[in-house]
Amino acid sequence: MEATLKRTPLYARHLSLGARMVPFAGWEMPVQYEGVIPEHRAVRSDCGAFDVSHMGQLHVEGPTALTFLQEMLSNDLAKADDGEAQYTLLTNEQGGILDDLIAYRLAHGQYLLVVNASNREPGYDWLKEREARGSEVRDASDEYGLIAVQGPQSLERLELPEAPAFTHAMGELEGIEVMICRTGYTGETGVELCCAAEDAAALWDCVLARGAVPCGLGARDTLRLEVCYPLHGNDITPETDPISAGLGWACDLAKDFTGVELLRAIKEDGPGRKLVPFVMEEKAVPRQGMPIEGGGEVTSGTHSPMLDRGIGMGYVPAESAAPDSELVVDVRGKPRRARIVKKPIYRKES
Amino acid sequence: MPAAESYPDDLKYHPEHDWARIEGEEAVLGITWFAQDALGELVHFEAPQAGATVSKDEAYGEVESVKAVSDVVSPLSGEVLEVNQKAADEPETVNEDPYGEGWLLRIRMSDPAEVDALLDATAYRAHVAEQ
Repeated sequence: MEATLKRTPLYARHLSLGARMVPFAGWEMPVQYEGVIPEHRAVRSDCGAFDVSHMGQLHVEGPTALTFLQEMLSNDLAKADDGEAQYTLLTNEQGGILDDLIAYRLAHGQYLLVVNASNREPGYDWLKEREARGSEVRDASDEYGLIAVQGPQSLERLELPEAPAFTHAMGELEGIEVMICRTGYTGETGVELCCAAEDAAALWDCVLARGAVPCGLGARDTLRLEVCYPLHGNDITPETDPISAGLGWACDLAKDFTGVELLRAIKEDGPGRKLVPFVMEEKAVPRQGMPIEGGGEVTSGTHSPMLDRGIGMGYVPAESAAPDSELVVDVRGKPRRARIVKKPIYRKES
Repeated sequence: MPAAESYPDDLKYHPEHDWARIEGEEAVLGITWFAQDALGELVHFEAPQAGATVSKDEAYGEVESVKAVSDVVSPLSGEVLEVNQKAADEPETVNEDPYGEGWLLRIRMSDPAEVDALLDATAYRAHVAEQ
């Protein structure tokens, strides 16, 4: 059975730019325009634009919204003031990661959760079933377009002032009203621009006219992996916990949220395995699912355009997870040497 | 820059998107424009050693792009005389010039009659149009 793929408001723009379209999380999305490597380099050296309108937007509103979200999400959302945002996790009773997301505090009792496309419906259902009296969860994903503009020249090209990471403000770009979020998935300076769905095409045209290079999901993946941002579904899943994944910093274990007791126990005992970044020492490209000798598995792997070699992340036994340790990845039956590194895998020379 | 789509008339083609240039008892092998375009920018060529044997319709190596890996199927049987070191060191050469600088192997054919079973450019173009 072939399900109908959804299309973002920028679908026609992608086709006219000659994008290669692929199915992704139920959406028909551009994987590349000119090519993954030139798009990746554009973001590292200048400015790239990504259509991320497939991501979900859930509004949580009401007098009890903060209390409710504190029980649902791992990070301490009370730390976020109006105009601020926070990376956080939606956890299940086992402490597993249902989704990783960014929670934006819009105003007292008003939060916007930007969630992964593949988790939009299950995440909404999870929250809706547990909705507290005095809170309302609403899936507003179809009302918005979302365009990420990332790279060292992105603010200059958009004529935006600098602002701290994980803040947001309303603004406009050539007459289009946008929520300007200082967030991203590339490790570069940049913004994510959230606008009304009907304005998305005009906003995209404006961003490209300012010199941003259109970038697809291929470059989005290589960029995030170079800076070790986990991808839900690969590196983190409902079966993996935040402590093993190195996301303890996004969990306030002193507060009560779903699954916290199990996470406290893992923290106390130390995780049995850890998610580690690694760089190949031999010519080979690691891929998701490849075994790591000694009882581990690659969860994400690619070719790093900046390092020009294979890179990846994977779970290994905690006792062999120290940086500089050697790993052997089984690349389609061939043992290939790699070395565990400190995060991030790629760091800009300053 | 990636090459423009082309399927030269002087080559023989295998339906798995590999080409062969026949030079007497030897043949030069590579992947077609269609194959490199489907994969995207190549980042790795896992090549056999000189002296190895390759068999018609069987994989002799792998080409890998940022997003995907694919077997390279040999259109002919024979012994590997030479591996294109430039393709191994700078795999993007295959994208830039799939029929020239981006060749992969030179072999000595063990059964030159196998050439007759390969597609000519017209037949291969028709095959690509069906993909």
